[in-house]
Amino acid sequence: MSIDKPVVKPGKPWASTPKERAIDLGAILLAAFGSFALVALSELKGKLAYAGVFLLLIIVINFIHNYLSRGIASAKDSIASSFAVAGVLITLLPITSILFAVFERGKAGLKPNLFTTDMKLNGPNDPIDQGGLLHALTGSGIMVGIALIISLPIGILTAIYLTEIKGLFTRPIRFLVQAMSGVPSIVAGLFILSAIVFPITKTPSGLMGGLALAILMIPTIARTSEEVLLLIPEDLREAGIALGGTQWRTISQIVVPAAKSGLITAIILGVARVAGETAPLVLVSGGGDALNLDPTSGPMGSFPFYIWKAFTFGTNESIDRAWAGILVLLILVFILFFATRLVGADRNKK
Amino acid sequence: MSTTAPGAKSANLSSPTPAKREITTKPRLSDKVFRGVATAGGLSSLLLLGLIFVFLAFQGFQVLRSEGIGFITGSNWEVVQDNVGNTDLSASTFGIAAMLIGTVICATIAVIIAVPISVLCALYLTFYAPSFIKRLMVALIDLMAAFPSILFGMWGYFVLMPHAEYWAKLIHKYFEWIPIFKMDVDIFERSPFVAGVVLSTMIIPIITSISREIFSQTPLDRIQAAYALGATRWAMIKAVVIPYGRSGVVGGAMLGLGRAMGETVAVYTVLNLVYQINWQVLIGAGGNVASMILLKFGEAGPTETKALMAAGLALFILTLIVNSIANVIVTKTGGKGR
Repeated sequence: MSIDKPVVKPGKPWASTPKERAIDLGAILLAAFGSFALVALSELKGKLAYAGVFLLLIIVINFIHNYLSRGIASAKDSIASSFAVAGVLITLLPITSILFAVFERGKAGLKPNLFTTDMKLNGPNDPIDQGGLLHALTGSGIMVGIALIISLPIGILTAIYLTEIKGLFTRPIRFLVQAMSGVPSIVAGLFILSAIVFPITKTPSGLMGGLALAILMIPTIARTSEEVLLLIPEDLREAGIALGGTQWRTISQIVVPAAKSGLITAIILGVARVAGETAPLVLVSGGGDALNLDPTSGPMGSFPFYIWKAFTFGTNESIDRAWAGILVLLILVFILFFATRLVGADRNKK
Repeated sequence: MSTTAPGAKSANLSSPTPAKREITTKPRLSDKVFRGVATAGGLSSLLLLGLIFVFLAFQGFQVLRSEGIGFITGSNWEVVQDNVGNTDLSASTFGIAAMLIGTVICATIAVIIAVPISVLCALYLTFYAPSFIKRLMVALIDLMAAFPSILFGMWGYFVLMPHAEYWAKLIHKYFEWIPIFKMDVDIFERSPFVAGVVLSTMIIPIITSISREIFSQTPLDRIQAAYALGATRWAMIKAVVIPYGRSGVVGGAMLGLGRAMGETVAVYTVLNLVYQINWQVLIGAGGNVASMILLKFGEAGPTETKALMAAGLALFILTLIVNSIANVIVTKTGGKGR
């Protein structure tokens, strides 16, 4: 014998009904219409006026609607939501504007010669189909590589000290690493100048650029690695110790391998942090125009310097060149950024 | 050993007793080396910060001694050369007061613009946004934080500056009665206000992500308690989130301030450097230590370079102080109750 049980379908009482959505849409349309009308009728003009009046009207309309249907508390809530959405839209504005401007103005210069030639025979004022940024690509690669070689061990050792050793200096070092991440990039350049270039080498070179970048990279790598190592469960460490491993073996063979993908993220973030640093490289790398693969001697070009030089030169041709350079740099930053996302997604899956 | 258990006896018969293992809490040699190396690596940040201070102070010492307190209170930057072309240190004056004050003004404008936007954005992302918008926005904001400063510099110069100048004119038109918005000369181009607007776009991602982190640590039970008592979302935010996250947001704003003060290239492109203290933020005359160093460095002789090192030292100390205070505030906020 079977009784027909009433089947209760799960409902979503909080979801907005078609009627509510229609009212929302109506409010937006009304506000848009109102803003056009007000701007047309009054003295106000310009995009800013449209945006301002629109925001004001949306807030007023929502306020009245909510006040009439649900009372004063809900009306206040609607003001807050409107402002929060406005905050997000204002934040989105520069991002989209930057991406749009760079792709719009840089794409004309994206020609194959950009990646095959350097600027040895060309000035920044030459047409964009002559000369290229091969020297900047290699130079930036070498300098960031040097910075990575120096800052990776220091950064990871710092993170290990902060999370595993937990010695006497843990708190002061955590504090200092955070303070170090705020060191202005130009100060890093001045430091390398005063400590190495003036007293010892006398001439700028790619190595000096790499050292300056390393100072900026260490705190990024150290802080990210620390966060990653903190996420490794304590059980793994205890298991390693319980099996009779020394602390060295536990960390080097259990903790660090477990955190591998996170540490790769730390590296990528560090590279992204310094790849576009301009000020220290202007001071210490010399900024050559010819392909130079030797970091120890002679000026070495780099991406930021290439853009900087073309930008400060100031003619139409050179500014096109700078935008093209920026576009390539931005694409590199994109690639690095999505690499971190991929590595991160991989980690979350496991 | 005469009263041992039978089992032990038989074991003794079958094989010789293995040497008793020494049980100790003393670290092995490998651990000693490892701990030493890691400690050394950890201390390197201390060492580097110390070295930065020492070398900049060493290089700038000559200028700092000859200028004394005038280096940070005077506003003249004049290089006097004697007739053989060497720089005459006693006749030259180096003062960075206008630059220091200008740095603080630009950074403060940036923070004043960025904080409300960032906090609203963080509130939206934490408490309002559907999850797919949240994920997209967080990725975009992180991406924006990774944009190189020269990108902001060029975008600021070509795209944002014309708009910012228009905004400056509007502010001047309607708020002239506020002293800092008065204009003695009508030059709106490349003013501290414009630089502040460009800097604000750079620090919005930083302040947003710190505020978001702080807001998301708000104890869930309190949020649910507020909702259970019938609070709307805004009432909940006002009663629970803001009291909890207030000091963290202040810390985040100070981190943004520190970042804005140390920014070089983006300010260099959009600010007109003038060696005079200027409080009227809409006039195209401002100061910035980092930009000045970059501007002067190319043509500077040995003595002037030393003065630039001293200026770098001043900037280093200023940003270090601001960042330290910010970090103390942010760290204290994490996990703290109301």
